[in-house]
Amino acid sequence: MNLSLLVIFPLVTALAVLLSKGLKQVRGFALLGSLTQLGLAGWLLKSYQAERASGNLTTNLFESNTPWFTSPLINYHIGVDGIAIAMILLTSVVVVAGILVSWSMEKMSKEYFFLLVLLSMGAYGFFISLDLFTMFFFLEIAVIPKFLLIGVWGSGDKVKSAMKLALMLMGGSALVFVGLLGIYYNVHSFETAEVIRVGLTSGVQKFFFPFAFIGFGIFAAMFPFHTWVPDGHASAPTAASMFLAGISMKLGGYGCLRMVSLMPDAANYYSWIIIILATIAIIYGAFATMMQTDLKYINAYSSISHCGFVILGIGMMNKTSMNGAVIQMVSHGLMTALFFAAIGMIYSRTHTRMVAQLGGLLKAMPFISTVFVIAGLCSLGLPGFSGFVAEMTVFMGSWQNPDTMYRFATVLSGASIVVTAVYILRATGRAIMGPISDEHALLADATWNEKLASVLLIAAILVIGIAPFLMNQLIVPSTDILFEHIGKAITIK
Amino acid sequence: MQSYSYILWIPLLPLATFVVLGLFGRKYLKTSSGLIGTLSLLTSCLLSFKAAKQYFFVDGKVDGIYQKIEAFKHVWLQFSPGVSIDMGITIDPIAVMMLVVITSVSLMVHVFSLGYMKGEDRFATYYAFLSLFTFSMLGLVLSVNIFQIYMFWELVGVSSFLLIGYYFYKPSAVAASKKAFIVTRFADLGFLIGILVLGFYGGSLDISTLIQKFTTVQSPEYISITTASFLGMSMLTWGLTLVFVGGAGKSAMFPLHVWLPDAMEGPTPVSALIHAATMVVAGVYLVARLFPVFSMDAHALDIVTYTGVFSALLAAVIACTQTDIKRVLAYSTMSQIGYMMFSLGVSRYGGEAGLGYMASMFHLFTHAFFKSLLFLGAGSVIHLVHSNEMKDMGGLRKLMPITHIAFLIACLAIAGVPPFAGFFSKEEILTAALHENTLVYGVALFTAALTSFYMFRLYFSIFWNKEADVHGEHHGEGTWTMKLPLIILAICSVGAGFIGFPEFVTSDGAGIETHMDIASMAVPVSLSIVAIIIAAIMYKNANEKPAKVATAFGGFYRAAYKKFYVDEVYLFITKKIIFPLIGQPIAWADKHMVDGFMLMLGNLTAKISAAIKGMQSGKVQYYALYFFGGIIALSLLLIYIWK
Repeated sequence: MNLSLLVIFPLVTALAVLLSKGLKQVRGFALLGSLTQLGLAGWLLKSYQAERASGNLTTNLFESNTPWFTSPLINYHIGVDGIAIAMILLTSVVVVAGILVSWSMEKMSKEYFFLLVLLSMGAYGFFISLDLFTMFFFLEIAVIPKFLLIGVWGSGDKVKSAMKLALMLMGGSALVFVGLLGIYYNVHSFETAEVIRVGLTSGVQKFFFPFAFIGFGIFAAMFPFHTWVPDGHASAPTAASMFLAGISMKLGGYGCLRMVSLMPDAANYYSWIIIILATIAIIYGAFATMMQTDLKYINAYSSISHCGFVILGIGMMNKTSMNGAVIQMVSHGLMTALFFAAIGMIYSRTHTRMVAQLGGLLKAMPFISTVFVIAGLCSLGLPGFSGFVAEMTVFMGSWQNPDTMYRFATVLSGASIVVTAVYILRATGRAIMGPISDEHALLADATWNEKLASVLLIAAILVIGIAPFLMNQLIVPSTDILFEHIGKAITIK
Repeated sequence: MQSYSYILWIPLLPLATFVVLGLFGRKYLKTSSGLIGTLSLLTSCLLSFKAAKQYFFVDGKVDGIYQKIEAFKHVWLQFSPGVSIDMGITIDPIAVMMLVVITSVSLMVHVFSLGYMKGEDRFATYYAFLSLFTFSMLGLVLSVNIFQIYMFWELVGVSSFLLIGYYFYKPSAVAASKKAFIVTRFADLGFLIGILVLGFYGGSLDISTLIQKFTTVQSPEYISITTASFLGMSMLTWGLTLVFVGGAGKSAMFPLHVWLPDAMEGPTPVSALIHAATMVVAGVYLVARLFPVFSMDAHALDIVTYTGVFSALLAAVIACTQTDIKRVLAYSTMSQIGYMMFSLGVSRYGGEAGLGYMASMFHLFTHAFFKSLLFLGAGSVIHLVHSNEMKDMGGLRKLMPITHIAFLIACLAIAGVPPFAGFFSKEEILTAALHENTLVYGVALFTAALTSFYMFRLYFSIFWNKEADVHGEHHGEGTWTMKLPLIILAICSVGAGFIGFPEFVTSDGAGIETHMDIASMAVPVSLSIVAIIIAAIMYKNANEKPAKVATAFGGFYRAAYKKFYVDEVYLFITKKIIFPLIGQPIAWADKHMVDGFMLMLGNLTAKISAAIKGMQSGKVQYYALYFFGGIIALSLLLIYIWK
C-alpha cells in the first residue's frame, strides 16, 4: 500500500474541517476522517502481515523515496516495520476516541478539530519516516497544535502550562536537532539505513547520543525533564490530554528507540545512566502520584511512572526488554487515553476533578465509573489488560542482566506496582466508591459517543491483554532485526 | 486413557457467565442472573466430579502412582527462547482435589446467595463477580506455568477486592477492600521477584520443567542456583522464600494477615467462598504445587513451618477475644491455614516422609467444607439478627434448628472431635509434626485446644446463653436455598474424613498407609473435649465468668483483643513514615526543585534575552558602534593568537 495515504488523509480531513461550517459538519468530517484513518491502519496491518507471510524479510516494507532537497540531502523516505505499525495502530485508535469524546466541543470547534487532525498527521508522518530530517519535520508539526490546544481550550493556568509545555518540547526538539546534525555531518546522510550501514565512530556516538536521547527523552517524560507533563496534561482539554499522553509521549519513546539503534555503542555506554533515570522516574513518579489530589494530576504523574518503563526497557538493551518497551508504549497510550477520557467525562458532569469532592460516582454513573475502574486496573497491571503484558515483559527482560545494579533497578521498578495499587485504589475508593453527595446523585451517565470511545479503547486494551501473542508476532521480528545491529555493539564491548 | 479436554470447560463456564452477566446482567437479566450463575456453576461442578472420577478411579494409578498430566498447553507470551508464559491445564491429585473443593463450595455459595442476596440492587453484578472469582481460582489451580499461577493469582486478588467492596457505598467496605488488595499486592511483589529468580536460574517458567531441573542435584540449573548466594542465603532459598511471601499474603500468614479480618466487610456468602475455602488456601496450594522444589531446601521449609505455626497460635489467641462472629471465624481460618502451612513445612518428599504433605492437603479439603459451613451458618444468623456482634445473639437454637445443628457439626469438626472430618486431618497433621519437630507439635497441640475453646465460645454465645432480642417480623432461617447448602455441607463435614484421602493425594502420588493409634489420638482429643467443657461452663448460660477471666488476663487480654497492635504498626508505617517522609517530600521536591530548576532555566533565558535585547534597537549609530567595536575586538584577538 501507499504509506503516504496515512499523511495525505489527515491533511485532506484537516482541509475539509477548515472548509466546513458549524459543529455538526466539522465533527462529522473529523470523525469520518479518523475512521478512515483507522481503516487505513487496519489495512496496513493486514497487508504488512500478508507481505511478511509471503516471505518478505526486508527491514522496512512499503518503502518509497522522493528527494526533497539535494543539499543537504533530505529525502521524503518512508517505510514501516512492525514497531511503526504498532504505533500507527495506537495513534489511529486514540484519534478516533479523542474525536468522539470531543463531540460537543462548542467553542471554536472548527479550529479545535483542525488542530487535533493536524496533530495526528504529524504523528503518522513521524512514525513512517525513515529519513531523520523528515522525521524531525513531522515531530515539529505535532508540537505546535498542542500549544494552541492547551492555550485556547484549556483550563486552570492554561497559558503558563501551554508555554511550559511548548518551550520544553521545543527545547527537546532543539536537542534532537543537534543530535541529528551530528549524525548528518559524520555520515552525510539522514537515511537511517545509511547511518546503520556506514556506522558512526564510537567517539561521535558518545558525543551526540546524549543530545538526541535527552531530546526525545523530554517528549517521553524522562526524569528530570518530565515537569511539562503534569501541568500540561492538567490544563489540556480532554482530547488534547488523550493525544498528549497517548500519542505525543510515544513520539519520544519511539525516537529514543530509534536513536539507540543508530548509536548502539553510545547507548550501551550510557545505559547505566538511562537505567538510573528510568528507575527514578518509575518509583518517584509513583510516590508523587500518591500525593496528588486532582484526578488529572494523578494520571499525569502516573504517566511519568509508566513511561519510565519505556525508558527502562530501552535502557536495559536486550530484546525482551525492548519488546516490553514497545508494548508498554502502546499499552500506556491506550490506557492513559482511556483514563483521561473517563476523567473528562466525570469533570464535564461534576465540574470538579478534586478527588475529595467526588464520591460514590458508581451509583450515579455506572458506565463511566466502570471505565474509570478498568483504566485503573490496567494501570496497576492486572492480568488480562495490556499493562500486565507490557510490564512483565520489561521485568523479564531487565532481569536477564545479572549485574547487581540492574537487579536493583528491576526490584525497585517492581516495587512501583505496589505503590501504583495504592494510588489507584485511593482514587477509586474515594471518587468512585463510598457515599455519593446529593448534588452528584442525579447526574447522567455516558452518552453514546463517550461509550463508543471507551469501548474502542477498552477493546484495544483487552486484545493486547488477552492475546499478547498477536502483538508479539507483529513486533518481535522487527525488534530482532533492530537488535541484530545493537547486539553487535554490545558484544564488541 | 480418555481425553481430559472437557476440563477446559470447568473454568470457561464461569468466565462466560461473568462476561454475560457483566455486560447484560444489570439491564436484561436482573432477576434471572442468580439462576444463570448457579446453573453454569452446577455444570462446572458436575464436570469436576467427572474429572475426579476419571482421574482417580477410571484411569487410576500408572506404575503405582497417580501421574501428572498436562491436558493442554499453549504458549501465551514468549519472552525469549524457552522462557514463556504458557496457558494450560495440569491434572494431578491436588489439582483435581481443588477442582472438586472449589466448584462444590462455590456452588453451595451460589445457591445460598439466591436467598441471602435476594432483592439486592446489584444482584447481577454480585453473581458476575462470583463467577469471575470462581474462574480465576479454577485457572489458578490448573496452571502449568508459574507465571500462569501469578496471573490468576492477581485475578483472584482483584475479584476478592470487588467482592469485599461489594457494598461500595459503605466507607468501611471500601477501606477493607483497599486494604486486602494492597496487602496482598505487596506480598505478590515478593512472589513476582521469586518467579524472576527461579525463572532466571531454571531457564524456564514451566512448573514441570522447573521441578525437574531443581530436583536433579546434578543439573547445571540446580548447581547454579544453589551456589549463587545473596546476603548469605542461596538463591534457591531466596526464590522459594519470595514465592512463599506471595503465598503468605494470600493465605493471611503473619505478618501479612491484617487484611483478612477486615475482609469480613463483604457479603457473608463471599466470606464463605473466598475467605474460608478457596482463595486463602491459594498460598498453601502454591507451596504444595512447588513442593518438590521446596523439599530440596531445608531453610525455605523452616520458614514455612515457623510462619505457619506462629500464625496458627497467634490467630487462635486473638480469636478467643473477638466479639464479632465473622472476625472470630476469620481468625480461626488464619489459624487453620497455619496448620496446613506448618504441616507442609515439616514434610519431606515421597513415601512415608511425605505424611505432612498429605495431612496438609487433607486438612485443606476437610476445612473447606466445615469452614464454609460455619460462614454460611453465620450468614444465616446475621440475616436473622442483623448484627455481627455476639452480644446481639443468644438462644437462637429454637429459632433456627437446622442452622443450629449444622453449626454444631462444623464446630465439632473444627475442634477435631471424632468422627467428624476435622479430626482425621488434624490428627495426621499432629502426627507429622510429632515425628519431625516437638516444639511445633507442642504449639500445635495447645492451639488445637484453643481452637475448641473459641469455637464453642462462639457456638454457645450464638445458640445458648441469654435469649437474643429478635424483634419484629423475622423470617427464621430464610428460604430453602439457604437451608439446603447448610445441610449438604454438614453431611460433608461429617463424611469427608472417611474417603481414604491418603490413598489419593500424596507428595509423590503413590498413596501411603496411615496408622491411627489410640495413644497418639488420646491427648489431642481429650484436650479438645476439656476445652469444650470449659467453654460450656463459661458461655452456656449468661454469667460473670468470662468478664472475670478477661480481667484476670489483664494486659494480655487487651493486647489480644486489640489484635496485638499489628494494624497499628502498619498504620504507623504508612501514615507516619511512607506518606509524610517519602511521598510528600517527593511531591514537594518535584514541584519546587525539579520543576523549579526547569523554570529557572526558562527565567534565565528570559533574563539574558532581556539583557541583550537592547542590542537590536534599530538605531544605526549603535549598530555602527557594535560593528567597529567588534572589529577591534577581533583584531586584538587575532593579533594575540598570531603573536
